[in-house]
Amino acid sequence: MENTALAPHLILAGLLFALGLAGVLVRRNLLVVYMCLELMLAAATLALVAFSRFNRTMDGAVLVFFVITVAAAEVAVGLALIVALYRRRGTVSSERLDVLRP
Amino acid sequence: MKERRRISRHGKKAFFTGFLLSNPSPRPNFSNMPDGLFIFFAALTLGAASLLVLSRNAVTSAMGMILALVGVAADFFLLDAYFLGVLQVLVYAGAVMVLFLFIIMLLDTEDPARAYPWKKAAGGLAVFFLLAAGVLWLFHWSGAVPGTAAGATPPELTDNPAEFATAAKAFGRLLYTKYLLPLEIAGLLLLTALVGVVSLSKEAPAGQA
Repeated sequence: MENTALAPHLILAGLLFALGLAGVLVRRNLLVVYMCLELMLAAATLALVAFSRFNRTMDGAVLVFFVITVAAAEVAVGLALIVALYRRRGTVSSERLDVLRP
Repeated sequence: MKERRRISRHGKKAFFTGFLLSNPSPRPNFSNMPDGLFIFFAALTLGAASLLVLSRNAVTSAMGMILALVGVAADFFLLDAYFLGVLQVLVYAGAVMVLFLFIIMLLDTEDPARAYPWKKAAGGLAVFFLLAAGVLWLFHWSGAVPGTAAGATPPELTDNPAEFATAAKAFGRLLYTKYLLPLEIAGLLLLTALVGVVSLSKEAPAGQA
């Protein structure tokens, strides 16, 4: 492990992303699905920071700054949507929200 | 061993002085990373993320998410991105997850104890293992990542106006010069989200629902 530097961080980011994707596919509770989406975003930012540090440029880190901003706004809007959905349908389970399913 | 201890002490000092006022970090000493710390936090992050994915209780999932985000923030610290680490803890593990917990406890998200379709679970597991195998192959065994070969150094950039720096000042300088337009757009986006959330969560008028 002495000279491996970039790779461990990328592996961690990739595994986090895989976990998040599996969660999005598997879970039924919309809120948990949403959290798994956030996990995938966090994994992507981790890879960005690792590359930015490795290449010694600031741009990747600044991009992470914007990703965090956009994610915060997105979470607020998404949660408001989920609350509105719950008000109308009385559930947040993705299995019961199947009006459009043929 | 001695060498490593010296470097880690230097790292600690850089953490305390470097967050607000220091200049560009001296040299990327990638070959002397604190491996133990990295392994600890990587295990913490992955364990907490599996808790998030696997737990039946949504509140437990949220706790796992908070731990995973703190682990990611710790990895930011190990990568010398102190400002981003603090931001991650404040914004994500703080504000965003409080919002999540609030909504989870507000809504009745109890999963009806119905049998879980094993096909779906197996599919998710297969996706995870396929992706994990791909990640390990790409970043570890294929040798495509430049840091994996012994003694590999980062590429020399010919044109690098913004050297990586630990200070928050470096962020500010870039945000108000090169990334001024995206910064303005991000502000507008936050305003739009604010207005949208307010209009979304207003009580629907009677007869419309």
